[in-house]
Amino acid sequence: MSTAPASDPFVLRRRPLQERLVDQGFQRLTVVLASLVGIVLLGILLTVAMGSREAMATFGLGFLTTSDWDPSGERYGAFTAIYGTIVTSVLSLLIAVPLGVGTAIFITENLIPLRIRLVLGVMVELLAAIPSVVLGLWAIFVMEPFLRPILGGLYTTLGWLPIFSTEPQGPGMAPAILILVVMILPIITAISRDSLQQVPPELRSAAYGVGTTRWDAILQVILPAAVSGITGGVMLALGRAMGETMAVTMIIGNSTNFSWSLLAPGNTISSMLANQFGEADGQQVSALMYAALVLMLLTLVVNVLAQWVVRRLSLKYS
Amino acid sequence: MNTISSAPSASQPPLAFRRSSLAYKPGLARNRWNLAFTGLATVFSIIAVLPLVLVLAYVLIRGGSLISLQLLTSLPPAPGLDGGGIGNAILGTLVVTLIASLIAIPVGVGGGIYLAEYSSSGPFAQFVRFGTNVLSGVPSIICGVFVYGLIVATRLFFDQSYSAMAGGIALSVLMLPTVIKTTDEALKLVPNELRWGAIGIGASRFVTIVRVTLPAAVSPIATGVVLAIARAAGETAPLIFTALFSPFWPEGVFNPIATMSVLIYNFAIMPYEAQIALAWAASFVLVVMILAANLFARWLGRFAQA
Repeated sequence: MSTAPASDPFVLRRRPLQERLVDQGFQRLTVVLASLVGIVLLGILLTVAMGSREAMATFGLGFLTTSDWDPSGERYGAFTAIYGTIVTSVLSLLIAVPLGVGTAIFITENLIPLRIRLVLGVMVELLAAIPSVVLGLWAIFVMEPFLRPILGGLYTTLGWLPIFSTEPQGPGMAPAILILVVMILPIITAISRDSLQQVPPELRSAAYGVGTTRWDAILQVILPAAVSGITGGVMLALGRAMGETMAVTMIIGNSTNFSWSLLAPGNTISSMLANQFGEADGQQVSALMYAALVLMLLTLVVNVLAQWVVRRLSLKYS
Repeated sequence: MNTISSAPSASQPPLAFRRSSLAYKPGLARNRWNLAFTGLATVFSIIAVLPLVLVLAYVLIRGGSLISLQLLTSLPPAPGLDGGGIGNAILGTLVVTLIASLIAIPVGVGGGIYLAEYSSSGPFAQFVRFGTNVLSGVPSIICGVFVYGLIVATRLFFDQSYSAMAGGIALSVLMLPTVIKTTDEALKLVPNELRWGAIGIGASRFVTIVRVTLPAAVSPIATGVVLAIARAAGETAPLIFTALFSPFWPEGVFNPIATMSVLIYNFAIMPYEAQIALAWAASFVLVVMILAANLFARWLGRFAQA
């Protein structure tokens, strides 16, 4: 009785060896594939760090604060590009945040019929799908010629301010900032919309119940409740704006001469990489790698902070 | 006796309860502010959609008017000459994107399976999720620098420097986080009852995943994969110094290759009308392909919800 016949279907048997091997092999395979993410990340960091060793040893931290970029004299300083990266990304953020959050409110509120709101939402998402290089082409041939008289007006009226102190002559920082606004607007809108939709409807009902107007409720109740999600989205957008390459490279003018003016041609770290890396050799490669390392660390800090903020939000509402 | 300042009389209820107090008074400051903010949000939304409309209009009109069979199938002209086409770049974009997909989809789906099915909350899985988020934030130009340093400068493949393969690998690094994330999230949405059912009738873990959970999650995964491919097809920065460019038809995956995005970048800054026209035409083809892929992904997503 203790041993059942082999044909008994209810007996527990060990899986055949082949099946166990496949099972274990598959699990190991997925572990390896998952760890590729870490390996690639480490590889990126190592490649860029190793590539920049030479420049780091030669220029040290002075690389970050000097603005000579002279491949023939082998003197490199990335301040122009670092200034360009920070100024273009922060200013584009200042313009894009009100626009994006305003659009997100417009899409989540019931001001207009649902159908139109859905179409608006889809349009903003499709804007995110347009390749950066196509936006750059549009910026060169359509936006910049249209913008030039306006920027010229800024120069003639406000030219005494250092940031408007040069005459606009085509590509420059200002058009680059505006094309960056177009590129980060969809991210800010999408994440703000998601965070606004996550706010519990009871908050809104309670606000209306004590007699607030729609915008009192939005500005004093709903936006404060969604603020950490929106902040996370804004930081992600900042990271994206810092690393954005093609459209900026095509419209910023790629000048390595430093100027405070937003109307002058400038440079960002990513546009400098796109523009020079292919033809660089010797110490220039190393200097460019050093600049790439700076860019990578900047975006890394911004992105990790963004994740931290977003995680805090999800703890709050889940 | 009365705490309300306006004493109730026989004919009039207290001020706060009079019917007239419920009427909307457009003259009140708060109602004016309300209207002003609504107007502002409307203006902001219009400004937000305007670029899409303008860019699409220009690309469709300036690029679309140039499209012909000859343009789609011939090589770009030498600088200064007229005519020619973008046939090699269209083919090149397809080749490079295909290489990237062949690498990123298996790796990404496999990694996603690990995260969702084998170790959804272990420390290693948390690390991989964190790494995925960090990787998706790495600027695309840095991916190009990475592949340049790893493959192009070291001449890793058959002593070739710039190659379609290098470009494809750079794009796959960009696609990887999206594919992992969507697979992870799609598998987490599959109800546990399905897994228990499969294990309960004696299926192994492998069979459960391959025959039960993956098929149940295939449509959201496909949506994410299509979106990732569409994004990769339009990327330029990682290709400039990995795949480079070529004025000829593709000569195998270990040689430099033309792509539409690099063609737009190279030709847009040339002083020749013919090249600029080709850049607009390539933009048209690229945008149509990418928007079609996005709409397809949207349709797949709706299919998933049904």
